[in-house]
Amino acid sequence: MEYDTYSCDVLILGSGGAGLRAALAALDSNCSVIIISKSLLGKAHTVMAEGGIAASVANVDTKDNWKVHFADTIIEGDYIGNWQMAEILAKEAPDAVYELERMGALFDRTQDGKIMQRAFGGHTYKRLCHVGDKTGLEIIRTLEDGILHRKAVIFDETLATTLTKDDESGRITGAVGLHMRSGRFAAFIAKSVVIATGGLGRIYKVTSNSWESTGDGIALAFKSGAELSDMEMVQFHPTGMVWPNAARGLLVTESVRGEGGLLYNSKGERFMLKYSPEKKELDARDVVARSIYYEIQKGNCTEHGGVYLDIMHKGPDFIKKKLPGMYTQFMEFANVDITKERMEVAPTVHYFMGGIRTDPESCMTNISGLFAAGEAASGLHGANRLGGNSLADILIFGRRAGTHAAEYAKQAEMPEIKSSTIISEIKRVKEFLADGRNEAGPYSLLDRLRDAMQQHLGIIREEKSMKEGLEKVRSIRSELKKVKTSGTTSFNHGLMECIALENMALLAECMFLSAIERKESRGAHTRSDYPKKSIKWKLNILCSNKSGSIKLSHSSLSLMPKELSEIIGEEHYN
Amino acid sequence: MKSITTEKNGTATFKIFRKDPSRDSEGRYDEFEVPVEEGMSVLDGVNYIVEHIDPTLSVRWNCKAARCGSCAAEINGYPKLMCKTHISDLPSQIKLDPMGAFPLVKDLVADVSSNFDIDRRIPGFSPRKTSEKPWVMYDIDVARSQEFRKCIECFLCQDVCHVVRDHSSKYIGPRHVVKAAALDMHPMDTADRSVLLTKEKGLGLCNVTKCCQEVCPEHIAITDNAIIPEKERAADKLYDPVLSLLDKFLNRTGKQGEK
Ligand SMILES: Cc1cc2nc3c(=O)[nH]c(=O)nc-3n(C[C@H](O)[C@H](O)[C@H](O)COP(=O)(O)OP(=O)(O)OC[C@H]3O[C@@H](n4cnc5c(N)ncnc54)[C@H](O)[C@@H]3O)c2cc1C
Ligand code: SF4
Ligand code: SF4
Repeated sequence: MEYDTYSCDVLILGSGGAGLRAALAALDSNCSVIIISKSLLGKAHTVMAEGGIAASVANVDTKDNWKVHFADTIIEGDYIGNWQMAEILAKEAPDAVYELERMGALFDRTQDGKIMQRAFGGHTYKRLCHVGDKTGLEIIRTLEDGILHRKAVIFDETLATTLTKDDESGRITGAVGLHMRSGRFAAFIAKSVVIATGGLGRIYKVTSNSWESTGDGIALAFKSGAELSDMEMVQFHPTGMVWPNAARGLLVTESVRGEGGLLYNSKGERFMLKYSPEKKELDARDVVARSIYYEIQKGNCTEHGGVYLDIMHKGPDFIKKKLPGMYTQFMEFANVDITKERMEVAPTVHYFMGGIRTDPESCMTNISGLFAAGEAASGLHGANRLGGNSLADILIFGRRAGTHAAEYAKQAEMPEIKSSTIISEIKRVKEFLADGRNEAGPYSLLDRLRDAMQQHLGIIREEKSMKEGLEKVRSIRSELKKVKTSGTTSFNHGLMECIALENMALLAECMFLSAIERKESRGAHTRSDYPKKSIKWKLNILCSNKSGSIKLSHSSLSLMPKELSEIIGEEHYN
Repeated sequence: MKSITTEKNGTATFKIFRKDPSRDSEGRYDEFEVPVEEGMSVLDGVNYIVEHIDPTLSVRWNCKAARCGSCAAEINGYPKLMCKTHISDLPSQIKLDPMGAFPLVKDLVADVSSNFDIDRRIPGFSPRKTSEKPWVMYDIDVARSQEFRKCIECFLCQDVCHVVRDHSSKYIGPRHVVKAAALDMHPMDTADRSVLLTKEKGLGLCNVTKCCQEVCPEHIAITDNAIIPEKERAADKLYDPVLSLLDKFLNRTGKQGEK
């Protein structure tokens, strides 16, 4: 069986913000770097990020500082976020932004020539540094430009299908992947590996996430023995497009509300005044998403099953300057002019707080030599992510993962990957290919999986329904063996979806188990059968791989030092 | 809310170019009937085919929101993004080809990797040495470069440019002039790429037909704001020896917005 072999010090999976930032850091430490990425270079999910990056540079609200950012992060994470990560994030975010600027990023400016900041849900002060509503694109272009002028080897449109480990020492040895353009398999031998493969929104039917967000890296890490955490924590963004069908789920950025957009139900009531009299439209995402959900449930919904979001009062010039992406998105996808008409919106699956468990300082997992950063990792955001914190996360923890993976690599010898391991992986992937043309393919199972998630693990959860969902997922997993598609290994969507389906079904089971386990309502996890938050559940739920089956455990939070706990004040239970 | 008018709720016929260069010496067109829903894009149609009729049809897409620039193709001969072209705006026969300016990977997927090699050879961001921290820049000065930084690298402008299509030409193409201009017009950048563009990258071959500007989904004024200013700047540098000497002497780069 033919395959290519490459080796490097640090192997990076993913070319989103976290992956590219990690690559630059590893190169700065004089390591050889290979990046492999399912998407084309420059196209990763990060390009979609709109609102901005949270950093307390205090250009607009001069009272802001890292402590307030820290407190906002822990409080909105409903107290189960990792305080060490939150502290690192809050302290390092300003530098991460200025560093990006020195690499060439051009943020919008204040009148006196500083980086402009906007308000965003859950942030005490105007904190989001931004470029119109194209902040993610600016980050990717800046990092991409940096990486193209450095000595990294990039295999884009290359899908990692498994991680490899040394049986005896248990350390990571690299990955096996499929190069989509050539259809050739390759083994990537590496001293250390960074997973930066992003989130898993595509497990759901209605999502703002791009095609590649199928949780591959999280599943690969789990299979090779890495611990996962907070798998029940899915963020529903309050405002996704609802119509036309083809655009359902597409994000309507929170900046619309940040810039003054107001929410109304079909009766014309500004319902956020009722659900959140103080923070109103700018309360945390889970609160706004639930409020919209209740309004829709009550039947106060629009023609296409959403609520109205109105920014018209700001005037056309303001809207076109501050929200150009939204203006064109509605014009082009729905034929709606948002300077003259209201938008129709409803919640959409947006961000995954759960993922691979890592050490806060180094980003290493419990597997020697395996690191993770960005949306694929967990901990920082606890039970709910603050908007804008993810872009800070990918830069800060991307850099840390790259630096520490490089340090690890410098101490390590070049490992080997047994050819038998590589060949059996290639066989496993090729099993998905059958000769006949009319195979069932992965699509009907994918549909069933997405329906099950949407129906049984949505915004409001309940034991009986989740158990039904779990059974559906288990039965899907038992049918995976029969899934086959046709064609060759080259640029074959059917094949890629087969591989993703397997990963997603595994993660879906972890998600249901964790959500059933957490018998309370906290952050994004709301249960109608346990509507209250309970101190008993102030902990993280972990999933680990016990010889092929999923084992749950509880991990208590480490004690927060007094000088930090004083900043955030007390948590309330009632 | 207003509704998108679909003249033909019913079906559309997709006629799609197929070729796997590792197996086929000739390309062919396959026809597919696709049920059409209100608001459906060409990409939705193609995905319908992949999911329900032929999973071996190769297509590249990612965000489906016109933000990543992956799904560029020639739709009835016009270079466009499939995700934001509505079926209802097209005749009921829809012909799809991959971008013809690039080598073919398979079916609708073009190999655009050469663009990254071109970018590697354009000098990167070269900021002025300054102790000023953080940098002070004004909206009015960053706006020019920001226009170019909106580029989503769909490469449709490369595809439509007749000079790029003439493979014997050494012109690097509009996308890369936009890239160079984004750097050249960055208020803090000190390098000048206009002479390099003209002397080595074939910028002189562009005869400002503005076709690139017309197809750009981000509405970047490629020719007016990037190509022509770069041409003019190069002309100043190359053909006005006094000025260029003076520039060298004073370490001037002729950028707007620098103080
Ligand atoms: C519409 C939208 C708007 C957003 N706006 C904001 C915002 O304003 N502020 C904010 O902070 N956050 C925002 N977010 C969230 C934020 O964009 C993401 O969380 C973040 O970009 C994730 O970055 P990442 O580097 O971890 O992963 P990604 O950018 O998702 O990159 C993952 C990479 O891994 C690759 N990959 C995946 N699987 C494999 C595999 N098997 N093998 C090889 N490679 C693989 C992918 O191809 C990709 O290159 C937004 C998200 C969306 C969807
Ligand atoms: S204006 Fe120049 S770059 Fe643009 S299409 Fe015409 S010749 Fe090509
Ligand atoms: S300049 Fe416009 S057409 Fe050209 S690659 Fe960029 S976005 Fe596409």
